[in-house]
Amino acid sequence: MSEIVNKNGYWMQWVLAALTLIALPYVFSSGASLTMMCLMGFAIIFSLSYNMLLGQTGILSFGHAVYYGMGGFMTAHALNVIAAGKLPIPLPVMPLIGGLAGLFFAMLFGWVSTKRAGTAFSMISLGIGELVAACSLILRGFFGGEGGISTSRTETMKFFGMNFGPQIQVYYLIAAWCLVCIAAMYLFTRTPLGRMCNAVRDNPERAEFVGYSTQMVRFIAFCASGFFAGVAGGLSAIHYEIVTSSVIGAGPSGYVLLMSYIGGVSFFIGPIIGAVLMTALQISLSDYTGAWMLYVGLMFVMVVMFAPGGLAGLLLMHKPMLMRGTLRRLLPAYGLAVVPVLMVTAGGVLVVETCYHLLVKSSEGTTMNVLWLQYDAKSPWAWSAIVALFVAGGMALRKLSPFVAEAFHDAVKQAQSKGAQ
Amino acid sequence: MLELIIFSTLNGLLYGLLLFLLASGLTLIFSMMGVLNFAHASFYMLGAYFGFQISLYVGFWPGLILAPLLVGGIGALVERYGLRTVHKHGHVAELLFTFGLAFMIEELVQMVWGKVPVDYRVPDLLNFSAFTLFSTTYPAFRMFMLITSVVVFLGLLLLLTRTRVGLIIRAALTHPNMVGMLGHNVPLVFMLVFGVGCGLAALAGVIAGPALVTQPAMAASLGPILFVVVVVGGLGSLQGAFIAALLIGLVQTFAVAINVSVADVLAPLGITLTRDSIGGDLWMATVAQVAPIIPYLLLVLVLIFRPKGLMGYRET
Repeated sequence: MSEIVNKNGYWMQWVLAALTLIALPYVFSSGASLTMMCLMGFAIIFSLSYNMLLGQTGILSFGHAVYYGMGGFMTAHALNVIAAGKLPIPLPVMPLIGGLAGLFFAMLFGWVSTKRAGTAFSMISLGIGELVAACSLILRGFFGGEGGISTSRTETMKFFGMNFGPQIQVYYLIAAWCLVCIAAMYLFTRTPLGRMCNAVRDNPERAEFVGYSTQMVRFIAFCASGFFAGVAGGLSAIHYEIVTSSVIGAGPSGYVLLMSYIGGVSFFIGPIIGAVLMTALQISLSDYTGAWMLYVGLMFVMVVMFAPGGLAGLLLMHKPMLMRGTLRRLLPAYGLAVVPVLMVTAGGVLVVETCYHLLVKSSEGTTMNVLWLQYDAKSPWAWSAIVALFVAGGMALRKLSPFVAEAFHDAVKQAQSKGAQ
Repeated sequence: MLELIIFSTLNGLLYGLLLFLLASGLTLIFSMMGVLNFAHASFYMLGAYFGFQISLYVGFWPGLILAPLLVGGIGALVERYGLRTVHKHGHVAELLFTFGLAFMIEELVQMVWGKVPVDYRVPDLLNFSAFTLFSTTYPAFRMFMLITSVVVFLGLLLLLTRTRVGLIIRAALTHPNMVGMLGHNVPLVFMLVFGVGCGLAALAGVIAGPALVTQPAMAASLGPILFVVVVVGGLGSLQGAFIAALLIGLVQTFAVAINVSVADVLAPLGITLTRDSIGGDLWMATVAQVAPIIPYLLLVLVLIFRPKGLMGYRET
């Protein structure tokens, strides 16, 4: 996005994004997809806020759900207070309360944790996360114990005739907040402060020499990130109308890390891709297979090992070639590589699914279905077919990878020479 | 009261020694490779489950040997083919890799052995009470755990301080490049230390499995405590890890046994606090309820005020 100098083009992007958000419910109008888009909305804010830390400032937090959760709890409590006192505050400003709660706790805990960087910071954030999660079991008044804090979004003052009962109204509320937050976080990366965050990430020593306090930069980034996480938490409280202490624990903190990293932390757009993809996968895959968390874990490990730029990195790698029109030179190589990649993926998925069936669903007999395929999970033929598929795919991929790499480098070179002319 | 103190001390020592078995490998790996192994507690869990599975076929005792060997082998493979691949992307990538690994191991364990605890039994040979004190019995298996932990600790200490291998490992802790220059195969040392560390964790799992509960959540609940032990003890310091492990073991065990809240303490002074007074729940929480928080408070305090830890010689 940085290459867009044209002011009109710049604005056009945001207008287009807004139009897309407005149009989406007309395209995907079913109740289930509406709910999914709501979940995506606050997942996007949450993972972008996480990436302010990991991708932009280079600090790895294992306790980011604390600020998300505190935002949620504060919003739920505030909603209850407003409903009880009939205060003239409409629902759309409520996520701001979540954001302020996130900001407050980020300031409190960030003051302690941002004194250190690197692994020490990660461990402090983990400790604080565990601390707050353990506290949630003790302070039952605030966290509501096992049952959590439930609230109602329809009890507040009407906002232009809307009471936010129907899901579609909640969708537009979340979409509006989502767009505003994305814009704000994007603009943050363009400010001098956002640039200093990158400097602190890339070379903290030099940033200190230039005269900036790296601790201060980390602290401010942490607070801003806590604010947006709180907004996301507030939106989730409005959507679910209940907040339980499970949102604050190590699970969600780890999940936001998976989400952002799979999307790609080195690019602004990465966490958005990650949030959309993971939410869609979570909802659609969990219907098909009980082992979907294992796939998420596998995907994450693969990304860490082979594609540190994440999915966004893989996509944007092709941008110069797309701009210079040399992308089609890659098509034959990619076309060839797609076959073994599909074979390996299918083999892997079949191994996991068959094992899952044998281990978890053994009571249902050994006949199992994967998509349109039906086979006996214990038959040696099925097993040898699966293993053969996987091994053959792997070997073909190994053979093909130098060829694909060469085609890729050729295309890059051509794009460069075209650009130089 | 005396009964409480004696048994809490014994249990605290036991828990502390168990923590040390795990933390010793973790702290060695951390200081040597700079990798905070998130999956360390997962190897402990794998040890417990492997021990359980082996005990189904050939009994507890072969499992005590085989499970740590197996898990140690897996650990060495993870280092060789996983961590070493990720190493070029930096420390954050390594940390993330072990994090993903821990995530996957938990999912796999749930898939293979189910979400509910498995029935990992104490072997018949040790299924009696070691002694009776004040009408409370103490199981022999716990004594066995205590002795095993002490033996491993002494063995590790002797290995590191009295043998040539130990010398190279200690040198590689602080000056890996220099050790490499002198012609030692540092990557091999790394792989071995990683494998042995995982094996020790698995050993802890095998002996803790029957006494505690063998369930998929056992890694996630113990992992963060291990980091606390390593950080509080000081990086790369086995003695520090030993002291910190015992400290945390004792503190947690004693805290669980004390059922007193702030309100109870203030009541004789004429101050009555109820759930409805300001900060209500805070005053009513007993020390036993606060026990899970204590290690993390300790972690945060140590990282702020003494980043070197108790016995460490460099900052975390």
